[in-house]
Amino acid sequence: MLKNFLVGCSLVLVTAGLACAENGDTLKAVKEKGYIQVGVNGDLFGFGKADQKGVWKGLDIDTARAVAAAVFGDLNDRLHFTPLTAKTRFTALQSKEIDLLTRNATRTLGRETSLGLDFVQVNYYDGQGFMVPKALGVKSAKELSGATVCVLPGTTTEQNAADFFRSNKMDWKTVTIESTAELSQAFYAGRCDVLTSDASQLAGLRASAPNPGDYMILPDIISKEPLAPAVRHGDNQWKDIVDFSVLAMINAEELGITSANVDEMLKSTNPEIQRFLGVSPGNGEALGLDEKFAYNIVKLVGNYGEVFERNVGVNTPLGIERGLNALWTNGGLMYSPPFK
Amino acid sequence: MASDQHNYSKTYFWNDQKTRAILYQIITAIAVAWLGYYLISNVQQNMERQSIASGFGFLQKEAAFEIGESLIEYSAADTYGRALLVGVFNTLKVAFVGMILTTILGTIIGVFTLSSNWLISKLGRMYVEVFQNIPVLLQLFFFYALFYETFPAPRQALNPITGVYITNRGIDFPVPAPHPAWSAMLWAFAAALVITWLVNRWSVKRQERSGQQFPMFWTGLAILVGLPAIVWALFGAPLAMDVPELKGFNFQGGRNISPEFSALLIGLVLYTASFIAQIVRAGIQSISHGQTEAAMSIGLKPGQVLKLIIFPQALRVIVPPLTSQLLNLTKNSSLAVAIGYPDFVQVAGTTINQTGQAVEGVALMMLVYLTFSLLTSAFMNWYNKKIKIVER
Repeated sequence: MLKNFLVGCSLVLVTAGLACAENGDTLKAVKEKGYIQVGVNGDLFGFGKADQKGVWKGLDIDTARAVAAAVFGDLNDRLHFTPLTAKTRFTALQSKEIDLLTRNATRTLGRETSLGLDFVQVNYYDGQGFMVPKALGVKSAKELSGATVCVLPGTTTEQNAADFFRSNKMDWKTVTIESTAELSQAFYAGRCDVLTSDASQLAGLRASAPNPGDYMILPDIISKEPLAPAVRHGDNQWKDIVDFSVLAMINAEELGITSANVDEMLKSTNPEIQRFLGVSPGNGEALGLDEKFAYNIVKLVGNYGEVFERNVGVNTPLGIERGLNALWTNGGLMYSPPFK
Repeated sequence: MASDQHNYSKTYFWNDQKTRAILYQIITAIAVAWLGYYLISNVQQNMERQSIASGFGFLQKEAAFEIGESLIEYSAADTYGRALLVGVFNTLKVAFVGMILTTILGTIIGVFTLSSNWLISKLGRMYVEVFQNIPVLLQLFFFYALFYETFPAPRQALNPITGVYITNRGIDFPVPAPHPAWSAMLWAFAAALVITWLVNRWSVKRQERSGQQFPMFWTGLAILVGLPAIVWALFGAPLAMDVPELKGFNFQGGRNISPEFSALLIGLVLYTASFIAQIVRAGIQSISHGQTEAAMSIGLKPGQVLKLIIFPQALRVIVPPLTSQLLNLTKNSSLAVAIGYPDFVQVAGTTINQTGQAVEGVALMMLVYLTFSLLTSAFMNWYNKKIKIVER
């Protein structure tokens, strides 16, 4: 029976690219090979892109680094990245090509239920917006009737834009090009009046435009885009690990722990901090990790605030305000359940 | 001589070559069928276990995404099934127009390369070398960039002829406003086609019988143009045009040929034509030069030699490889996704991404392209049979 199943599994793996995830499989496999294979964007400044020296940087990259820190306790070549397009990202996860997907993917009911994957804690609350040349003289998305709009295919973006124009009874035309680079080039050359995508992505594209000052992002946000890492459905332990790795960064910010003061905090008498940093044990064992996993995340990667400011914050070329991504105590949506 | 005395009458059936061949085929067929069944049932099981949706029910669901251009009525409120149909028609459109244009262009270039005029033959050869040796995807990117980089924005549109506007959004041109006369004229044209065909048959028969030639070309042209024109006049000669006008961001009214379609069409036609030119050249060269000399000596003009003597024979060599080039054009049209033309692959890709049903989506893609290819080669095989030299 088991042999049959295994043969079937590997056959299908080869032929249909589907894999079989069992509880605990992923952590074991990852520990055995000594690294985590991560699916990332590869082309999105601030979220997932290699710099001139080939070093991967971005919010999604740091999320993956947090998971690696939790699993291995160090970051010595613990991450191998696979750049994926919007179209191929979920298939890569299903087919076991990658262990973890941190590629600005929107969590939706449809994806969660029909793609064989589980999303975890959101690492960036985004929304879809519009970028236009300033010369167009448009002040609001409601004035875009009759416009030609550049859209990336195979994303929720396509649907959101269609919903927006439909519900406002406006005419429009789409130009849908597969690669972000080609699409933005066509937009800068004037093939379309408007470029629509997630607001964070627009900020990144604008920063890399030939003349960033010539373009503006309209104030209208037409959708909710909770961007979250995803894992294969069926391996609950791995899902918990990834989930609480992201949450650990948020919790650290809530507790005021940063990569700079984390060693001092080990001496804290606050029982909450003691539990969080593994001074009083329990959390690590429950996840199947080292007791110091949260300490390692904060020490090696930082808390959520640090990661945000480093990659996309106001002092970066993207210049994005915390907004929805501030802690709940500051009017944002970032909130961590207790670590106990 | 002992070997000569073998008893051949008693052979086992597995030693019989014919039986063995049949047996092998049966075994192979069973193995293939079993493998197919095994894979399909496994995929189904695994998808169920991973709770990945399956089946073709999604075709009935609302697509909720827009498609850039369409030959049939389509809006985001239509179903995935209809969206995919839009994609099929868009692929057919570019493949059909592309096949005709590339065959014509390829034939002309092929004849050029054999021209006795030094300049023309060198130009023909240069064309072939350049377009054959640059990857078609690069050519597509080039033509697409050429369109949106060189042409002006709608507000500064080029206006070469009244009513025609060239911008980086494509070419906008006027079309006749809707009127019952147009559909009547279409029927008249169809009738004219039938009449022309009948007249042509009669003229060929007459020539065979009496040797008298009939001015078929001019007669045919007169019928094809004249009949619809008479119908048009009978309907009161409607002249109203639907002229494109700049309203807001874009031109409204008239018809538009998008830069995506133009770039894809031009790229595919130029690329494939370079291969067809080589095929045509080879086909013509396969006919011995003695044929040309013989034809000239009985007083045929050069054009007639090509049309009556060379081509009918060369076509037998040309058609089979031509078929595979035309199939290549259809298959290469799936590169449309790179430059934003909404062909079948692009629509299916979006569908797969929104529904997550990759297995079904890819199966549909394979089915559609297989059907296109089989239909094309069925037509070309029929044509090939028709022009085959009848051996007596």
